[in-house]
Amino acid sequence: MLLLQEAAAAGAHPLSGSIAEWIWLVPVFPLIGFLINGLLSLRTAAHIGPKDPTAHHAHHDHAHDDAHGHADGHGHDHPAVHPYAGIASLVGPAVLFASFALTAAIFLALSGAHAETPFIKTLFSWMPAGNLAINAAFQVDQLSMVMTMVITGVGSLIHVFSVGYMKEDPGYPRYFAYLNLFVFFMLVLVLGANYPMLFVGWEGVGLCSYLLIGFWFSEKANADAGKKAFIVNRIGDFGFLVAMFLLFSNLGALDFAGVNATASQLSPLVVTAICLFMFLGCAGKSAQIPLYVWLPDAMAGPTPVSALIHAATMVTAGVYLVARSSVLFSMSPVASLTVAFVGAITALFAATIGLKQWDIKKVLAYSTVSQLGYMFIGVGVGAYAAGVFHLVTHAFFKALLFLGSGSVIYAMHQAYHHTGNHDDAQDMRNMGGLRQFMPVTFALMWIATLAIAGIPPFAGFFSKDEILGAVFARTHGSTLADATWLGIPGSALLYAIYAIGLVSALLTAIYMTRMMLYTFHGPNRTGDKERSHLREAPWVMTGPLAVLGVLSLAGGWLNLPTFFPAGPVQALHHWLEPVTGAAALRITNGAEAHLEHSTEYILVGLAIAIAVIGITIAVTRLKPAALVSKSQSPASEGIERVLEHKYFVDEAYDAAVVQPLVGVSRTVLWKGMDVGLIDGLMVNGSSYLARGIGWVGARLQSGQVGTYAWVLIIGVLGVLGAFTLR
Amino acid sequence: MNYDLSIPMQLSAALLPDLLLIGGAMVLMLVAAWRDESAEHQRAVGIGSILLAAGVLVMVLVQGARGATAGPGVIAVDSFRWASDAVFLIAGIIALALSIEYNSRERIDTAESHVLVLFAVAGMMLMVASRDLMVLFLGIELMSVAVYVLAGMNRRSGRSAESALKYFLLGAFSTGFLLYGIALVYGATGTTNLATIGERINTFNLQQTPMLLVGIALLLVGFAFKIAAAPFHMWAPDVYEGAPTPITGFMAAGVKAGAFAALLRVWLEAFPGVYSEWHKAVWWLAAITMIVGNLVALQQRNLKRMLAYSSIGHTGFILVALASGTSQAATAFVFYLLAYTLATMGAFAVMVSLGTSTSPRESIEDYHGLWQERPGMAVAMTVFMLALLGFPIFGGMGFFAKWYVLQAAMQAPAPQTRLAVILVITTAVSAGYYLSLVIAMFMKPRPAGAAPLPPSGAWSRAVIAVSVIIILVFGAWPDPVVNLVNKHSSLGTPAQTAMPRPAPETAALP
Repeated sequence: MLLLQEAAAAGAHPLSGSIAEWIWLVPVFPLIGFLINGLLSLRTAAHIGPKDPTAHHAHHDHAHDDAHGHADGHGHDHPAVHPYAGIASLVGPAVLFASFALTAAIFLALSGAHAETPFIKTLFSWMPAGNLAINAAFQVDQLSMVMTMVITGVGSLIHVFSVGYMKEDPGYPRYFAYLNLFVFFMLVLVLGANYPMLFVGWEGVGLCSYLLIGFWFSEKANADAGKKAFIVNRIGDFGFLVAMFLLFSNLGALDFAGVNATASQLSPLVVTAICLFMFLGCAGKSAQIPLYVWLPDAMAGPTPVSALIHAATMVTAGVYLVARSSVLFSMSPVASLTVAFVGAITALFAATIGLKQWDIKKVLAYSTVSQLGYMFIGVGVGAYAAGVFHLVTHAFFKALLFLGSGSVIYAMHQAYHHTGNHDDAQDMRNMGGLRQFMPVTFALMWIATLAIAGIPPFAGFFSKDEILGAVFARTHGSTLADATWLGIPGSALLYAIYAIGLVSALLTAIYMTRMMLYTFHGPNRTGDKERSHLREAPWVMTGPLAVLGVLSLAGGWLNLPTFFPAGPVQALHHWLEPVTGAAALRITNGAEAHLEHSTEYILVGLAIAIAVIGITIAVTRLKPAALVSKSQSPASEGIERVLEHKYFVDEAYDAAVVQPLVGVSRTVLWKGMDVGLIDGLMVNGSSYLARGIGWVGARLQSGQVGTYAWVLIIGVLGVLGAFTLR
Repeated sequence: MNYDLSIPMQLSAALLPDLLLIGGAMVLMLVAAWRDESAEHQRAVGIGSILLAAGVLVMVLVQGARGATAGPGVIAVDSFRWASDAVFLIAGIIALALSIEYNSRERIDTAESHVLVLFAVAGMMLMVASRDLMVLFLGIELMSVAVYVLAGMNRRSGRSAESALKYFLLGAFSTGFLLYGIALVYGATGTTNLATIGERINTFNLQQTPMLLVGIALLLVGFAFKIAAAPFHMWAPDVYEGAPTPITGFMAAGVKAGAFAALLRVWLEAFPGVYSEWHKAVWWLAAITMIVGNLVALQQRNLKRMLAYSSIGHTGFILVALASGTSQAATAFVFYLLAYTLATMGAFAVMVSLGTSTSPRESIEDYHGLWQERPGMAVAMTVFMLALLGFPIFGGMGFFAKWYVLQAAMQAPAPQTRLAVILVITTAVSAGYYLSLVIAMFMKPRPAGAAPLPPSGAWSRAVIAVSVIIILVFGAWPDPVVNLVNKHSSLGTPAQTAMPRPAPETAALP
């Protein structure tokens, strides 16, 4: 019946027959790119491959350094460029540009059509089974198109950057194959018209993420990081699956339109359960407490990957899921408060860790976790547009920061490579004073830093302010304020979240300024011989940075605050209204949640003051001149040590979860049941077996089969008991 | 058309594929014995066996498309039978193709081994066709005796001989239970015909008769042994490890499928009326099997043993479909079986194609860095592992297999929610061992000093390629397989009408 309604709605939809019918091509382009690049990499995998540990790549790699060992500082090997590098660097970015162009056209058609309902393009019947009919269908609406614009737009820039960054890597086509495949799945994730489609994309981006984290799989740490990401995400996916089954068993529908139309039948308890399980999935994918541990390790992969997957797109999938399910979340104040509170705690927690990291990518990694926390605050308090707004601006400035750091690491690595130095190319203690060597990167990264710190008129200021303002506006008169969360009144919790948000903003300003000071200011600590080899990256890398710099500068115009006298005030907010508007109004009891302008001026002033104070603290208290390079630095102590080791959470998880699990599985199930009970030599005993047939004979006589028969008898008694005893 | 099974000619017509296979196999057996043992003769008989099986497969598919039905009698004519037959024949053909290559390499020149595979398949086809406990027993023994011999086919290997003997002793033991169960069921109902048993249980209110219940319990034990459900699984890892690799694949896929098909038919046609009596036992079997199989598989470093425990885990998954006790389970079951058969046989095919007589490539370490030496093999193995895991898209049919089982479990009159939860959790656990192999192939370096990989044979490469293609194509487009099973299924039709609404699951738990 729902299908019929859908069909009727689609038939009358203003977008039917328009260019939006071609929406399926948007993910297909990257898929084609994946196939071409995949074939190219297969053609050569046997000849040039990562099994060669001396292979050069733009990443610190101790094995590689040892193998080169040109300590004399003279000439160096020219690393082998992949024979198909030319085709790959053409195809990889080109398919993204094609997707972006088509997306832009559809975006314009959508904004011209003023569609109040989503346009659904059904491709084929995917899971026809029983009374459940799930279609392979794409959904064009305001939310999915914003996400698609960000993915294809920022994705294109990062692909171009990769052409320069990865050009000397022996696995070059394989890299682009993975990257294209990732974009395909990410587009399936945001364009899918039902939860199973979303889940396919969700799992697919996860797969590509593991593949890319472990891209340089000659390094064990990378393979381990991939595994860690995998396991942590399984916990999250379990939550998502349970949420889907609950939806299906209670509503009998899994498409967004069907779920949204019938969600009001759900009892409050069920809605809360669904939302909390779903949020478990979000916490896994978007690295929130307690499942954030994988993301910082995931930075082991190539830096453009960190920018695309682990900052701009995949990790925001959780935020997208909450926004997409806004109808459900708005029905459960408890779940919404949980989302906001977990987001706030994560924002603060990750920001404190970011204060003491020395690896430039680790700083950005924890910064990403922290900013994701902000987005969850936004969607948690029902300000879905604000959360998505921050998602968009964050994609701009964090992609810029990551690519900028990539450019720095590239320069550092090139310099070390020239002289055969073995030092860590990502440690800020080995950098310093880089602004004179790479002025373009320096300037652009400062733009991004000011954006993330919340200085107007940069993009981050508007989005962060929007979120904090929304939290403040909901402290009274909203369903959240009237609810209680674990015995705490909702309004009190919201004030706490607001305060935590402000403190995190202060910390953000401090650690970002610290990163900039240590990297670009003060004296250079790279080394005397290396200094002469430090160069700005080529234009193919700085070009995308410049575009992102413009976006970080002007991205705030997407959604100007209400008190602005002119310009596109609240543009994104109004744009998203057909998707999330109803849910947002339910949270605020039907009233538009706007603050008095006077209150708003005070809040904005406070936010700006906090950012300025943060930067000032960093500039006045930190002394880049006093730093010494990594190898000469003493070990830190006290609270600094705790922060540098990320509160020892990894160690705690290992001791509390991993080791007991391994222990139980090893001692009880394996050693105890299979080995102990049957025969200590049986499991993995094939090597013993091979030693002689005599031993086999002895083993047969030793009652092996008899033991098995006894176990069988026990089973028989059990089955008989199940039938006869009751 | 509708076969009247009381007329001998029509009965023969309904059994035509089975009769053709058995007759052809007998002729081939004579051909095999005609000449002295030699590699060429072994290969010739193998190819002849494949052609015979392929011919029967075509006939089975034609029969399935025609949608014939049959009146009451000792055998069933329905799409469940034809679809299951197709799975058995596919498993048989793959095993034959791999055996030709494996036997040449290991210098096993016994041409009869191929004919024994055909007899085993004939036994399975008889099992799924049987609507009578005696015909069923005939099929089980035909299959089992052939497989006992196959397990010991490599006469020069002590492990193979041990495997065969162990399987034979324990198999004979469990057959005793099966036969005793048949006797007791006959004693309680006075008939061995499945449909009549079902009717008489309801007509005479035999639900609480101890003789019937003990009979069903012993039947369940007999089947549980054949499908390697915990705690009747002890033999499986040892036997699988010792048997020649193609035969291991055949046992893990075909033998299990045959026993499962028979179990499903007996349970849904004869015993739906006592659902609430057997549900608890099947529930526990399913739960224990899923947990034991998947957890123990995590610890295995030998690929054959890992796949053995994995197959035990899959037994548990399929038992979930049985526990739901509806005809929807039959669809889920056949789809699952095809996906599982292709993925398992495919994985064994990779082992066969990469192994040599000195280095059988049975440990996970042998697969480290396979991607760098044999990217095609690594990708194929990945597809098989993801299919066994049930991963969407890349796992192809595997995903839908699990999905349909879950659906059957959730949409039954008494939803099997807890079993579904256990299924999902143990599936997540199974990722631990399936993906560790994938990670080893793609992310570990090739060990220094590893023996070079031999060139793969044409047979195994063909098997691998076809399996991957079928898994992926029907994974993207599952309709044809589902329709083949759904159409004209008479299985469970009398059952559903006769079945009282089963007790809710909670009541069935202790």
